[in-house]
Amino acid sequence: MTAALRFDPIRLPEKCEQLRKEVRAFLAEEIAAGTFDPHKPNREDTDAPEFSRRVGAKGWLGMTWPKKYGGQERSFLERYVVTEEMRVANAPTRRFFVADRQSGPVLLKYAPEHIKMDILPRICRGEICFAIGMSEPNSGSDLFAAKTRATKTDGGYLINGTKIWTSSAHIADYMIAIFRTSPPTKENRRHGLTQFLVKMKQPGIKVNPIGQITGQYEFNEVVFTDHFIPDDHVLGEVDGAWKQATSELAYERSGPERFLETYYVLTELVRAVGPNPDTRSAEGIGRLVAQLHTMRRMSVSVAGMLEAGKEPVVEASIVKDIGTVWEQQLPHRVRDLAAFVEETATNRETLERQLDFAIKTAPKLTIQGGTTEVLRGIIARGLGLR
Amino acid sequence: MAESDNIVVETAEKIFADLADPQEINNDRKNTWQAPLWQALSEAGLPLSWVPDDLGGSGASLADGFALLNAAGRFAVAVPLAETMLAGWLLAQARITSPDGEMTVLPASPKDRVGLDADGLLSGRARGVPFAKSAKHFAVLAHGKDGAAIALVDATKARIEAGLNVGYDHSDTVTLDKVQPVAIKPAPKDFEQTNLMLMGGVARSLQIAGALESMLDISVRYSNERVAFEKKISKFQAVQHNLARLAGESAAALAAATSAADAIANAKSLNDEVYLEAASAKIRCAEAAEKGGGIAHQVHGAIGFTMEHILHRYSLRALAWRDDFGSESYWAVELGKLIANRGADELWPLVASR
Repeated sequence: MTAALRFDPIRLPEKCEQLRKEVRAFLAEEIAAGTFDPHKPNREDTDAPEFSRRVGAKGWLGMTWPKKYGGQERSFLERYVVTEEMRVANAPTRRFFVADRQSGPVLLKYAPEHIKMDILPRICRGEICFAIGMSEPNSGSDLFAAKTRATKTDGGYLINGTKIWTSSAHIADYMIAIFRTSPPTKENRRHGLTQFLVKMKQPGIKVNPIGQITGQYEFNEVVFTDHFIPDDHVLGEVDGAWKQATSELAYERSGPERFLETYYVLTELVRAVGPNPDTRSAEGIGRLVAQLHTMRRMSVSVAGMLEAGKEPVVEASIVKDIGTVWEQQLPHRVRDLAAFVEETATNRETLERQLDFAIKTAPKLTIQGGTTEVLRGIIARGLGLR
Repeated sequence: MAESDNIVVETAEKIFADLADPQEINNDRKNTWQAPLWQALSEAGLPLSWVPDDLGGSGASLADGFALLNAAGRFAVAVPLAETMLAGWLLAQARITSPDGEMTVLPASPKDRVGLDADGLLSGRARGVPFAKSAKHFAVLAHGKDGAAIALVDATKARIEAGLNVGYDHSDTVTLDKVQPVAIKPAPKDFEQTNLMLMGGVARSLQIAGALESMLDISVRYSNERVAFEKKISKFQAVQHNLARLAGESAAALAAATSAADAIANAKSLNDEVYLEAASAKIRCAEAAEKGGGIAHQVHGAIGFTMEHILHRYSLRALAWRDDFGSESYWAVELGKLIANRGADELWPLVASR
């Protein structure tokens, strides 16, 4: 038996290709109608509520969920196709992406029935936006150091403390957060945290925007002051959030969004060098495409494992590690290769504007959603080193 | 494929385990292991896996043969198994019967060409031909005025300048000077040197991926044994993170290589999609050989730098295999040209088609 991990060559079934055509046609219409410009990843207005509703109307949100909650009971591989086409087109997915990928599946697994019936169909219709409340001012990668308290009171809990780096909190309708319900024990420092569904835009919640080095305001500080959460908003086991967190990581970490965030600069480089590139540009592009193709094959393979009901946490960590390092380096490699692009290249200005944004985006890619260091720790554990 | 559901691979792994144990081979300075290993592989019909029954082979599927090459890489097998398989495969394209014994294939580099003259004689020079020195026959892809032809050549008719690659295996220069082939037939329509190079490249990719799997295994094992600063070195975070990266490189190589093998095994023709798969596999596996092999050595420290230790059997061969059938630089340039020629808006549809 070898320690090496297998990524079997899963192929997307024929129905995925039909779906891909539908998604491309839909996105082409949206672009033609001026909803978004695929060449501008840094547009000011990344929130597009009407677009979100139209994606929902297509049946492309909560695709894999049961029909009784508004889902389509389609496969992970079909969802994969929708995700990658949206990402490559630079479509404004901010409003629905977190709910579709992550929050919905958590609710499906842990929320009481009446909450599922209330919220999941609204996610599927593209009506509501979710945020994830994990990090705190003194608790980032070390999730289990979280201190924001949930104190038991009549009929629910009172929340006090601060979450930070919370993407989309300023537009979110709900947040899924972990709060401290008990102190950690000597035997288990992970004990004592509970997952909650938080209704945003309520008394006792203040959202303060934080400027990012890209010039955008996507993440926030969220301050809770005696904010009340009813008992039925507890998700899963009280004090036992640590048992629930890990299985979702495979969904969160292996998708095409983990290597495609700066992809647009590669397309634009190919456009800039034209049909007859010099040897240097050709080699650079060839290597980048070979690396991209390999990661995508690995990522599709993980989607196949999820479809088969497996929990490929280590495999997903490998995809995110390699994928995020790649998409982080990509703008710099493209900059190298673009150094000798003719001044007359018609898209030169577009490429330069994109590079400016991608280079500023790059540092976050290996931090958000599990740092490189955390991922390598998980892989090392999978190898039996911890 | 360690727990194999493939009878070809199971047979091969049993032979490798019995007769090609890396440590025993490494201790055997006189190479007395080679003859019994080759004999056992031949008796099992493995070198002619890709040759149909009626042409003297054992008629395994392309997929089974690729899995066999991956297993051979895990044992860093240093007999011309891959080369004879490729030679038999090439001959079978023209329905030429494969002879017994070791073979290799030429050209082994996209830059070299063998010419076919009007008298049916072959001339040309092929460099970096793996195991030419120990081959009884060569399978040759030649080009004449009527297009490509495939020939079987008696090795004694060629001039061979012996050389060694970075992994200490024979990598020789073969010169043909108006050589009369044993058999020659036209290549199938649209069969070009690129087809041979990509097939060879995917074979090498699978071998590199196999070698990386073993490098990961022996590196993990060593890190769990070696004590420094009063603890196992596997407990140091720096070492853990290096091994995690090696696991990533190993996984990437295996994913790229098995995907390309699957693409070729199911391909009807050499279209852009298959080209992307095969070229990418060679590029990515070669990169992984450098990065992954470097980490394996770093984990092992000085002991891994000795001839006594088995690590170099994998690390140096993986590096050497990069050079055969077109290096990663060659394929990157060719793939880059293909991508540029298709145009920017056709890049994503190509990637997404796989």
